[in-house]
Amino acid sequence: MTALIFFLFASIAVFCGISLVTQTHPIASALSLIGVMGSLAILYLQLGGEFIAAAQVIVYAGAIMVLFVFVIMLLNAGAEGTSLQMSNFAKYVGIFLLAAFLGLISFVIQAMLPKTEGVVFGAFQGGTALNIGRKLFTIYLLPFEVTSVLILIAILGAMVLARREI
Amino acid sequence: MPTSVPVSWYLILSAILFGLGVAGFIYRRNIITVFMSIELMLNAVNLTFITFSYTLKQVDGHIFSFFVMVVAAAEAAVGLAIILTVFKNRETLMIDDVSSMKY
Amino acid sequence: MFLWLIPILPFLGFLINGLFGRRMPKSMVNLFAIGSVTLSFLWAVKTLVGLSPLETKYIEHYFTWIQSGALNISIDFAVDRLTAVMLMVVTGVGLLIHIYSIGYMADEDGYYRFFAYLNLFMFFMLVLVLAQNFLVLFVGWEGVGLCSYLLIGYYFLERFATNAGNKAFIVNRIGDFGFSLAIFLVVRQFGSLDFTKVFDAARPMPTETSAGILTTICLLLLVGAAGKSAQIPLYVWLPDAMAGPTPVSALIHAATMVTAGVYMTARSATLFTHAPIAMDTVAVIGLATAFFAATIGLAQTDIKKVFAYSTVSQLGYMFLGAGVGAFSAGIFHLMTHAFFKALLFLGAGAVIHGLHGEQDLRQMGGLFKHMRITAITLLCASIAISGFPFTSGFFSKDAILVAAYERAPWMYWVGVLTAGMTAFYVFRAWFLAFTGEYRGHAHPHESPLVMTGPLMLLAVLAIFGGFINVPHWLEPMFGERPENQTLAWLSAGVGVIGIATAYLFYVARPAMADGFAKAMNGLYTLVYNKYFVDEVYDAAVVTPVVKGSRIFLWRGVDAGFIDGIVNGFGARSRGVGNILKLLQSGNIRSYAAWVVLGSVLLLLAIGFGGATR
Repeated sequence: MTALIFFLFASIAVFCGISLVTQTHPIASALSLIGVMGSLAILYLQLGGEFIAAAQVIVYAGAIMVLFVFVIMLLNAGAEGTSLQMSNFAKYVGIFLLAAFLGLISFVIQAMLPKTEGVVFGAFQGGTALNIGRKLFTIYLLPFEVTSVLILIAILGAMVLARREI
Repeated sequence: MPTSVPVSWYLILSAILFGLGVAGFIYRRNIITVFMSIELMLNAVNLTFITFSYTLKQVDGHIFSFFVMVVAAAEAAVGLAIILTVFKNRETLMIDDVSSMKY
Repeated sequence: MFLWLIPILPFLGFLINGLFGRRMPKSMVNLFAIGSVTLSFLWAVKTLVGLSPLETKYIEHYFTWIQSGALNISIDFAVDRLTAVMLMVVTGVGLLIHIYSIGYMADEDGYYRFFAYLNLFMFFMLVLVLAQNFLVLFVGWEGVGLCSYLLIGYYFLERFATNAGNKAFIVNRIGDFGFSLAIFLVVRQFGSLDFTKVFDAARPMPTETSAGILTTICLLLLVGAAGKSAQIPLYVWLPDAMAGPTPVSALIHAATMVTAGVYMTARSATLFTHAPIAMDTVAVIGLATAFFAATIGLAQTDIKKVFAYSTVSQLGYMFLGAGVGAFSAGIFHLMTHAFFKALLFLGAGAVIHGLHGEQDLRQMGGLFKHMRITAITLLCASIAISGFPFTSGFFSKDAILVAAYERAPWMYWVGVLTAGMTAFYVFRAWFLAFTGEYRGHAHPHESPLVMTGPLMLLAVLAIFGGFINVPHWLEPMFGERPENQTLAWLSAGVGVIGIATAYLFYVARPAMADGFAKAMNGLYTLVYNKYFVDEVYDAAVVTPVVKGSRIFLWRGVDAGFIDGIVNGFGARSRGVGNILKLLQSGNIRSYAAWVVLGSVLLLLAIGFGGATR
C-alpha cells in the first residue's frame, strides 16, 4: 500500500517537474508546480509529517503559487520563443553538469545510508502540531522570532518595490 | 512490489526533483519560470528534511522544513516585486535581455 | 688653541652671505666676507706665534667620526711647520684676493654669491691643510673641488663656463678615484688613516726596490694629485677653468687649490721616500708637465691662458722638487709661486677690468702709460717667475733645480730649458700688453686702490719673499738640501736670456715673431692648438662614454629594463584583470551555471573527501 502510494505520487511529482521545466507558457509551469507541491504533501503525510503536509498545501500551494499566478497575470507573460539564447558555457556544459549533479547526489546518499529501512506509514508519530509547537516555542524560539521579522521585512520590501512612482 | 519503500528512494526522488529544478534554473529564459524552478528546488530540499526527520525519529527536521517554507514565502514575495520592477523598466521578461552589467 | 676657529670663521661668512646676502647691501656682504677671512688670518697668526717654535706637531682632537671594527677615524686638526707655511699662504694670499675682489666684482650680478663661494672655498682649503688624517684631508680635497666647480661656473648663464666647470669637476673626479683607492690601501696596510700612526708605522719599513704596497699607494696618491694639481694627463681642466672670474683663477687655480696635490705629496713624504719608483714617476711627470705646458704657453694669445699654462708648468716644477726628494724646495716654490702667480693673475685681471673685458693680447699694447701701477707690479711678478737673481722665484726654483741635478743631471738641463721658456712667454705677454702702440678699441684706465693695493703688497712679497728661508724652517721635517752656487747662477742666466729673447721678438723687432711663426708653421699650429689634446680626449674617451651611456645605460637598462619591470607589473595586473573581467558577463544564466559548478565541486569534496561514512 505504501509502495503504491509512493510510486503513484512520486511519478506524478516527477512528471509535473519535467513539465515545469519544459513547458513554454509560464502559467502551465505554475500549474505543474502546484501539482508537484500536492504530490509532495501526500508524501509528507506518508512520512508522518501531518503539520508540514497541511502547511505545504495551505502556504505553499495555496498562497505562494497563487501569488505567482497573479504576477503572471499582471505581467501578461506569454509563451517564450523557442530559440535558446544562452551563454555557451550554460548550453554545453549545463546538461553534463546536471547529470553529474544527479549522479553525485545519489552516490552521496547511497554512501551515507548503506542500509535503509523501509518507510511504514504511522511509524513516526512525532510530526503532530503539538510536538512541533512544543519544539518551536521553546527550543527554536529565536529562529521563530527572527523569521517573523524576516517576513515583516519582506512585506515592507515588496511594498516599497512594487508601488507606483508618483 | 515490496510493501515498504526504502527511505533512500525518497531521497532519490528528492534528488531528481532538485536536479530538475537546477535544469530549469539554467535553461529557461523567462524570469518567472526560473523563479518557479527555484521553488521546485526548495520543495525537494523540504522532502529531504522530512525524510531524515523520519529516519532519526525526531521532529526537528519538520521544524526546519517549516522555516524553509517561511523563507521561501518571503523570498517569493520580494522576488516577484523585483520582477515587477524590472518589467516596468525593461519591458521584457527574458533574463538574457537584462545584461547591462556586462564588463 | 681653538684651531677649529681658523676654518670655521670663513664658513660662518659663507653661511651668512649665502643665506642672507641677497638682501644685504654690498658693504655688509664685504664686511662678513673680508672680516671672516681677516679674523681667520689673525687667528692663524696668533696660533702660530703661540705655538712657536713648533718643534713637535700640535694636535687637537675633536671627536670620533667613524668607529667601525678596528678602524677608528676622528676629526683632528694639527699644526706643524708644513701646516704653518700652508696656513700663512692660504689665509694671507686669500685675504689679499678677497680685498681685490671687492673692486673686481663690483659690477657683477650675484655679488654675494661670489663671496659666499669664496668663503666656502677658504673653509675647505683650511680643513684640507689642518687635517690630521687622510679622510679629513679628502673631505677638504673634495670640498675645494666643489667650490672650484661652483666658481668656474660662476657665470652660469654662459655655456662655456658651465662646460668648463663640468670638465674641472669630472677630471678631478678621476684623480679622486685614485686617491680613494690609495686611502683604501692605506687602511688595509696600516689599519688607520691617522698621519702620525701611518707614518710611524711606515718609517721602519724597508725601502721598496720593486713595486710593492707602498709604491702602489704612492702611485695612486700621485693619480689623485695629478687630477687636483693639473699634471699630465689630467691637466686639461685648468686652461678651461679660466672661464671663471679672474680672482677665482688667482686664488684657486694658482695659489691654493692646485697646490693641494703638492701639499698632500709633501705630507706623505715618509711614504714616498720608501718607494723610489713612485718618487721617480712623480719627478718625471712633473718635469714632463713643466716642459710640455711651457711649450704651449709660448703661442697662446689669451693672457689668462698664458698664465694658466704657466701655472701648470710651475706645478710641474713643484712635483719635480717633491719627486727628487726636495720636498722643502717644492713647498718653498709653492709659497713663492702663490705670491707671483696670484700677482700675475690679479694684474691680468686689472688689465682686463681696465679694458672692460678684453683678454686677447693682440688687442692690447702700450698700456704702460694708462696703468702704471698695474704694469710695474706685473713687471715685478714677471721677473720673479723668470728667476731673476735674488727674487723669490730665483731662490725657490734654483733649490728645486739643484736638487734635480743631484738626482739626474738631464733633469736639471730640461728644467733650465723650461725656465728659459717660462721667462720668454711671461715677458712676451708683458711686452705685448704694455709696450708699443695700443691696438684695441676700449678706453683703458687704472684700477681703484682696492685692487691695486693687494697688487702692490704681492709685488713686495714676490720680490723679497725669497728671503723667508722656508727650506731651512722645514729642515727638521725633510732634511737638509744641497746647495750649488754655479748651477743656481746658470739657471738665472738662462732666465735672463729668455727675457732678452722676448725683448728682441716683441719690442726691438716685432716682425721677427711673425716670421719665426711662419717659418715653423706646422710646429706653431700644433703648439697653438695645445697639441690637440682636448680633441684626442674627446674622441677617445668622452664620446664613447657618452654614446655608450646613451645607448646602453639609458635606453637599454633604464628605459628598457627598469621601466620594463615597473611597467610590466602594471601590464601584468591589467592582463589578469582582463581575464578576470570575463566572469562578469552580465548574463544571469552563466552566473547560474557557475553556481552549479561550484556546488558540484563542493559535493565532490564532500563525497570523496571523507566526510561520508
